[in-house]
Amino acid sequence: MFSFISLLIFLCMAILMVRLFAGPTLYDRVLALNTFGSCTVLLIGTVGFLAGRPDFLDIALLYALINFVGTIAVLKFFRYRRLGDAVEDADSIMAPEPEEPAK
Amino acid sequence: MELVLTSLLFFALIATAIAIALVRRLFAVVMLAGVFSLLAAMLFVLMDAVDVAFTEAAVGAGISTVLMLGTIALTARSEKQPSSYSLVPLVIVVLTGLVLIYGTLDMPNFGAPDAPVQQHVGPDYIRKTPQDIHVPNVVTAVLASYRGYDTLGETTVVFTAGLGVILLISGLGRRPRRRKRGDD
Repeated sequence: MFSFISLLIFLCMAILMVRLFAGPTLYDRVLALNTFGSCTVLLIGTVGFLAGRPDFLDIALLYALINFVGTIAVLKFFRYRRLGDAVEDADSIMAPEPEEPAK
Repeated sequence: MELVLTSLLFFALIATAIAIALVRRLFAVVMLAGVFSLLAAMLFVLMDAVDVAFTEAAVGAGISTVLMLGTIALTARSEKQPSSYSLVPLVIVVLTGLVLIYGTLDMPNFGAPDAPVQQHVGPDYIRKTPQDIHVPNVVTAVLASYRGYDTLGETTVVFTAGLGVILLISGLGRRPRRRKRGDD
């Protein structure tokens, strides 16, 4: 049962890799990477039950968190075109450049 | 079943590596590198090295994806087409791989209890740690007590590296604007 499920999850991952390789737009690839991370979480859980030690479920939860943060970072990059000081940059784009104080 | 899954994951790893070498759009390469790290992390989980797998997923799929995206933001978006192909690097890589595989032939099997690495000092640590350190987890005891100064040094190095990267990224992002203001 668990081995069949893990093979199915691996099949999903193979299809996702095709989409990652061929995907015409960037958003296809971001979505495929996010779904690939979810498949990783599922596969770690399934493999834990397959080996009779479901202790790895905590690790799978941490993987889900990392996957979420990574996707947020990639999408933030697409939105602001830079990662370091995005908020400050958005302000400087919206607001006119402040004048130099006269001395 | 674990053997089947391990071989499938290894084939996927090879396919990902070939795809990384072939694709010229760097965004796709970054995404494929994230997939590579996730596959490697899953192989580590299958080999019961859960802590290594977690580090691989956090560093490989998490922070280095972000760092590579930042690098793309500062440089170019697609790789240049190489002007000439040479077979020498491929031959060298294949030869090195064959030598490494030949080297593993003499090693004990994976997880064998009579391997030299399990016989030397490991049993002593497992026996004495509960009395010496009063910590039930042997790995934690080794990292935080037996090798405490080593861990402190490692943490300092990682902290310094992180500070350097943050200073580099923020400094490079600001410099062009300042120069423009000076020109006005």
